[in-house]
Amino acid sequence: MDPETLRYAKTHEWVSVTGDIATVGITDFAVRLLTDIVYLSLPKVGKVFLPGQAMGEVESVKAVSDIYAPVAGEVLEVNVGLPDQLQLLSDSPFERAWIVKLRMSAPGDLQQLLSRAQYLQHCGE
Amino acid sequence: MAYLFDTPEQRQRMLAAIGAASVDELFQQIPESLQLGRELALPGAVSELELEQDLQRRLGEVGGGGVCFLGGGVYDHYIPAVVDELTSRGEFYTAYTPYQAEASQGTLQAFYEYQTLISQLSGMEVSNASLYEGGTAVSEAVFMAMRVNGRDGRVVVAGSLHPEYRQVLRTYFSRLGTEIVEVPAVDGVVSVEMCRGALTADTTALVLQQPNFFGCLEDIGGLTAAAHAAGALAILAFDPIGPGLLKRPGDYGVDIAVAEGQPLGTPLQFGGPLLGVFTCRSEYVRKMPGRLIGRTVDRRGRECFVLNLQAREQHIRRDKATSNICTNQGLLALRATVFLSVVGPRGLRRMAELSHAKARYAAACLTRLPGVVLKFERAFFREFVLETPRPATEVLRSLSDRGFNVGPELSRFGGSLGAGLERCFLVALTEKRTRAEIDALAAALGDVLGS
Amino acid sequence: MRNPTATRLLFEMSESGRGTVVFPESDVPDVSGVPVPGAEHLASVLLPLPELAEPDVVRHFVNLSTLNMSVDSHFYPLGSCTMKYNPKRHERLARLPQAVASHPYQQESQIQGLLSVLYELQGMLAEISGLPGVSLHPAAGAQGELTALLTAAAYFRHRGEQRTRVLFPASAHGTNPASAALAGFECVQLSGGRDGFVDLSELRAQLDERSAVFMVTNPNTLGLFEKDIATIAAMLHEVGGLVYIDGANMNAILGRTRPGDFGGDMMHYNVHKTFTGPHGAGGPGAGPIAVRDFLAPFLPAPVVTFDAVRNWYSLTEPEHSIGRMRSFFGNVGILLRGYCYIRTLGGRGLREASDCAVLNANYLLSQVRDFLDVPHGHRCMHEFVASAKRLKEQTGVTAMDIAKRLLDYGFHAPTVYFPLVVEEALMMEPTETESLATLDAFAAALRQICSEPAELVKGAPHTTAVCRPDEVNAARKPVLCWSAQC
Repeated sequence: MDPETLRYAKTHEWVSVTGDIATVGITDFAVRLLTDIVYLSLPKVGKVFLPGQAMGEVESVKAVSDIYAPVAGEVLEVNVGLPDQLQLLSDSPFERAWIVKLRMSAPGDLQQLLSRAQYLQHCGE
Repeated sequence: MAYLFDTPEQRQRMLAAIGAASVDELFQQIPESLQLGRELALPGAVSELELEQDLQRRLGEVGGGGVCFLGGGVYDHYIPAVVDELTSRGEFYTAYTPYQAEASQGTLQAFYEYQTLISQLSGMEVSNASLYEGGTAVSEAVFMAMRVNGRDGRVVVAGSLHPEYRQVLRTYFSRLGTEIVEVPAVDGVVSVEMCRGALTADTTALVLQQPNFFGCLEDIGGLTAAAHAAGALAILAFDPIGPGLLKRPGDYGVDIAVAEGQPLGTPLQFGGPLLGVFTCRSEYVRKMPGRLIGRTVDRRGRECFVLNLQAREQHIRRDKATSNICTNQGLLALRATVFLSVVGPRGLRRMAELSHAKARYAAACLTRLPGVVLKFERAFFREFVLETPRPATEVLRSLSDRGFNVGPELSRFGGSLGAGLERCFLVALTEKRTRAEIDALAAALGDVLGS
Repeated sequence: MRNPTATRLLFEMSESGRGTVVFPESDVPDVSGVPVPGAEHLASVLLPLPELAEPDVVRHFVNLSTLNMSVDSHFYPLGSCTMKYNPKRHERLARLPQAVASHPYQQESQIQGLLSVLYELQGMLAEISGLPGVSLHPAAGAQGELTALLTAAAYFRHRGEQRTRVLFPASAHGTNPASAALAGFECVQLSGGRDGFVDLSELRAQLDERSAVFMVTNPNTLGLFEKDIATIAAMLHEVGGLVYIDGANMNAILGRTRPGDFGGDMMHYNVHKTFTGPHGAGGPGAGPIAVRDFLAPFLPAPVVTFDAVRNWYSLTEPEHSIGRMRSFFGNVGILLRGYCYIRTLGGRGLREASDCAVLNANYLLSQVRDFLDVPHGHRCMHEFVASAKRLKEQTGVTAMDIAKRLLDYGFHAPTVYFPLVVEEALMMEPTETESLATLDAFAAALRQICSEPAELVKGAPHTTAVCRPDEVNAARKPVLCWSAQC
């Protein structure tokens, strides 16, 4: 996936949209900030989230942070293999390390998200 | 004497380097109006010798001069000399939490060994590196159960669980909405049927004790099955000497097992510091409270040990931590480690067998006295409830006057153990009690009741 | 000289068939007529514990102990932990058989002496804090925090008030928010001012009728005395809230100022820090709390009371007590050590201890600030926080690298990466029981390290038994228990 075409949340999630399905992961920047990730918890399929609600957690040795839903929706699928292949979060953050697929209930939420350029500017601040 | 050894000249040199005229100047950071401006009103300093003499005088005789038949959660078990000797090494007891792994391999390896020994003792898959004591360990177990199964409506507690542990649970949960339901003990144990009836779809856990507070043995297998059938976790508070003779918590398939670890090499010390043992299934490990030591390798591939999964803890996860605990009971965990190392499986079996045999002998001797009966006609381990014709408080006071410390009386805990127990008290035996002491206790009780 | 044979894991030294501690044969006959445990209760096999020989056990633990740094063996300037000398006399006194062999359910008549000591300690802690209601019950500082918050909650409930929020600065110890959450409060974190102090306007904006307690460490975790603490307290009291003083840093102010005098309503002591109960490789501690008179009826049970008419000490439950926080009375073994410390120092000695703790910290600060930044002022109380941020930008050497390299010089590391408000933080607390010579040697080592080749420092420690354990793999695939297979 081309990072340039994705949408971003200030809380470091990326979103790729196909129809009403939003695929969500966490950005290369966030992974670098957390350093070596040691644990990832995923939400249950079928759970419904509002934007900004915590869906799961990523843990490094010395830090922990929530993964927030960038858009409202129901969890359709989670990347079940990812917790056992955490290296993918740094090796392939925008492809193989996708975390959840949400069926969006309010696609208008996407308007609130940032472009790659806006996101990088936000990270620089 | 505050262990200060800089000379006045050196202090002047230090002040000069700081650029301050006096120590008082350093304290100008504290607004003048907030400074105490007088000496603390405390007794004047005494020397080591005077303090020792004062304490010797005030503390009186060891154990009040009596033989200890007291139970109710902590016990007068034997502590081999090697435990005091090794744990008195300053390298252990004056070190801090092993945050710097390279400077703490001794502590870290010992705690890894502790975790393993406790797993072997309990039959559970993982142990943490200790909590405060048995009561808070029960509360922490219930909090963990809520994290594991996401239920927070109710917790069902056996009325035969140590009344103080139940009080702690009530205090810890006093501001939370979780309902604490106690299933009363009937004839010394809780019934599987009554527990099943109390377990609802939003019950997080069933909390049990084996042997229970009365010393009796519960049907932990049946109770655990009832908890699991209701989708609740089974939490068991166990006696760490018990597995020398009895089934281990893990043998019953419980989900979380906790214990007051004091019998494993820690003296009574008027009830503290003690040792909170906490174990569970390995699948719950990231939801556990307290420190965990893990094995790993260093940069050069050498086997070593580190504080592991710290992201669960308060210094990283803060308000979302699995517990607020920071300081734990490291030194007591070390005592348990040395204790189990030198006692071994055969020694522990012997301790359990001796305690049990002496408890049975004591029960037989004491119930030979007129009007003295076992309150519950049930199998017990090393402690049992005795009923006499007179109020227990009076009986125990008279026994202590005769040099026998027995109890506690069940009325001490209000009505929390049930009604009609005013004439009942606990009698606890360990491998330390001799036949002569037991015979003398029986004679004394006969004397007390006869007079 | 490491002895790798002796430091193998206990389980690798086990030989089946050994028994070490020999217990006597049973001296009681088997009896009938007493119920017997059924087979469903009995163990069927021997426990899988290791079987070891006592000399091997001794050599094992003695060798393990040499792999530790400790106050008895090394300078240990771990900020916020007050790693001062643990007087040996306390060990002997706290281990007097009369204290050690006391069972918590002994008759009150037998423990009058012990209760008199504990009662006296309650009074001493009231005087040192300026807060009259004391509970010796909590097992450690964090439990003291939780106890005090539940005490405050009971007080508010008694007054019919619904207060839901606990506030604290970002520089707070992690136990503060963790305790507040456990007590069922909503946590509100304040970012604090750039100068390291609580930002009064930020605090004011958060205060309202929902505010229950403001938790603050004073001196704070940057080693600074919150100069506006009286104003802060007044602000809290104005909205009906309470001020909690985290007493972790009491070693800075003994006899100089008191939490009760600067507006605190509740506090905990860390007896294992301030009053030298040893740290025990992570515990036990004791976390007594002291509170204002109007909170005393809500304290946990039991407390020691004295009836002067009967000349009798009793364990009693305060009128509106929150109940028990743990089984039995408290961590008496540690409390006794604290008692011995206060008795042997007296009021003047305690103040002298704090004076020298502050003098030592300021001296160390003066010796390091030409090569390490100290972002928050040129004076401190008993500790200060330096930053390796500049060094990291210039050479890549981090606070952690410096900490590891200090071990090679024979010094324990300062606290690193705390408080979170300082980047690359190195928090140093020398305590009063260190000599000028030790402080000079430590400062010289730090100076040397800051000018050493980055590669050397980043490869440290070079002299310890292990170097930089792989924490990432440890956390990804936790191995928390030995098994014969691994």
